[in-house]
Amino acid sequence: MTVPLIETRGLGMRFGGVQAVRDVNFSLAERELRCLIGPNGAGKSTFFKMLTGQLKPTSGAVLVRGEDVTCAEPHEIARRGVGIKTQVPSVFDGLTVRENLWLAATRRHRGAQARVVVEAMLERVGLSAIASRIVGQLAHGQRQWVELGVVLSTDPDLVLLDEPAAGMTDQEVLRTVELVRDINKTKALIVVEHDMQFIRMIASKVTVFNQGAVLMEDDVEAIMHSPVVRDVYLGKKAAA
Amino acid sequence: MNARALNGLGLALVAVVGIVVLVLTPRLFDLDLVLNITVYMIMAVLALSLALVWGFGGILCFGQSAFFGLGAYTYAIAMINVGESTAPLILAVLVPAAFAALLGYFMFYGRISDVYLGVITLTVTLILFNSINSTAGPEFHIGSAKLGGFNGIPGIPSLNVPFVKDWQIDLEGMFYLSTASLLLTYFGLRALLASGFGRTIVGIRENEQRAQLLGYDPRAYKLATFTIGAALAGYGGCLFANWGSFVSPTIFGLAQSAQIIIWVIVGGRGTLIGPILGCVGIQWLTAALGANAPSGDAGWQALLGNVPLILGAILIAFVLLVPKGLVPTIGGLDSLFMRARAGAPR
Repeated sequence: MTVPLIETRGLGMRFGGVQAVRDVNFSLAERELRCLIGPNGAGKSTFFKMLTGQLKPTSGAVLVRGEDVTCAEPHEIARRGVGIKTQVPSVFDGLTVRENLWLAATRRHRGAQARVVVEAMLERVGLSAIASRIVGQLAHGQRQWVELGVVLSTDPDLVLLDEPAAGMTDQEVLRTVELVRDINKTKALIVVEHDMQFIRMIASKVTVFNQGAVLMEDDVEAIMHSPVVRDVYLGKKAAA
Repeated sequence: MNARALNGLGLALVAVVGIVVLVLTPRLFDLDLVLNITVYMIMAVLALSLALVWGFGGILCFGQSAFFGLGAYTYAIAMINVGESTAPLILAVLVPAAFAALLGYFMFYGRISDVYLGVITLTVTLILFNSINSTAGPEFHIGSAKLGGFNGIPGIPSLNVPFVKDWQIDLEGMFYLSTASLLLTYFGLRALLASGFGRTIVGIRENEQRAQLLGYDPRAYKLATFTIGAALAGYGGCLFANWGSFVSPTIFGLAQSAQIIIWVIVGGRGTLIGPILGCVGIQWLTAALGANAPSGDAGWQALLGNVPLILGAILIAFVLLVPKGLVPTIGGLDSLFMRARAGAPR
């Protein structure tokens, strides 16, 4: 039996009297693409934070390639090949686009090789023209691309994308779809997204969160037509 | 002119000005002024240590004077006991660095937040001040070095050429050593900040969470930065103990701690040349105002001789009017001018 790239067993998180995530058993294979959907407050972002070590779960375990990382620090989990693009772009605002990517690339590569990776990534995410601009001065959409470039420059095995299409124009969303497909050729992804059109375009297996627990897990069409999912999240017209 | 060319020009300018000051000062000015400039150079090394820790590392250390004082006291005590300055000089760097490494380990790995870092470092400084202050009795001695309490340790032997006890460095030699030390510290820090380590600590200052999610351990980087800053401050303290052949607990005092912060604020955080200019400028200004108060007018003399009052006024003025500090503000005006001249959009 192959060991999953990432796995959670009975994962739970309680904030005082609120059970934000409860008993989540989740598994993702190498190079698999999974989408997470669910209403606001369903526990998706908390789940992401537990996968990356930003929050320590109050119950259960997180395993990366079979190794328990439940109590590991975020940098230790990142070094095991888990990268995350957060909901609000988290970048180095005072540095240039190129410096942002260099800081990420230099984690895995040294000297000239890091510079090669940076230039290739600038090209890949379409930021070459603004490589010398200070990131804090860029528009929201551009900052999203910078963060994507930063995450990919560390060459992770698993990429977590928290609402990658938020705040993007239609054209940028299409570019993001292309990029996600491209990333998925070599890496596994977990994508949290509210835009069902976007999810349909990247056509993958979907896990539905509701009230901190996994409500359903199936392929995208089955999810779209599920009366339960339509009732709690999508609405009656979603499958139309 | 691109950023790289500007950077090179700035470096060349600092090198030329530094060498001119180093060569010409003892030839042009009398010994009193040379002595004053020597202490400015020593304090500028101290200012650079905080420029690294706070300006680039983002660690608000309110107790940089603790490491400066530890360096001075370590040198004084070791020198009185050993009599030859090679080991005391090394100890004056190592002891503050080791102390900072220990203190920093508990602060950074204990996840103390930024505000509390300032409080803890200030408290440590004041504890050292009170502890050393209470060592006036003859029973307080380390080897043959009496700590002396508030009166401090006088008659500290001068540095000598390494391993040559009889070849001591005189007052003019102290000027050369201090100025060369400042230049080496400046260029050394420039090299450090241009390295992968330097860029990473700036990244951590910008966004610690992102750095962590990329696989960097901010605690280790902060600890290393804090320790390097303490080593530099300790070296400055060693030079200071040499300059006056004397060290007292006021070196750990609140005024000294605040002064270093003010130098960095005035010169500009995130630059190296700014804190040097802030340090030299403020020291010169406070000395000049005190010395030039109108004679016979007791009110003016009291006002202009009141250093804490002047420093406080400068601090408030800069925080309100020039919050980025002198060098970044002037640099910003320059780039505004260049953009306007090029007709480029802002």
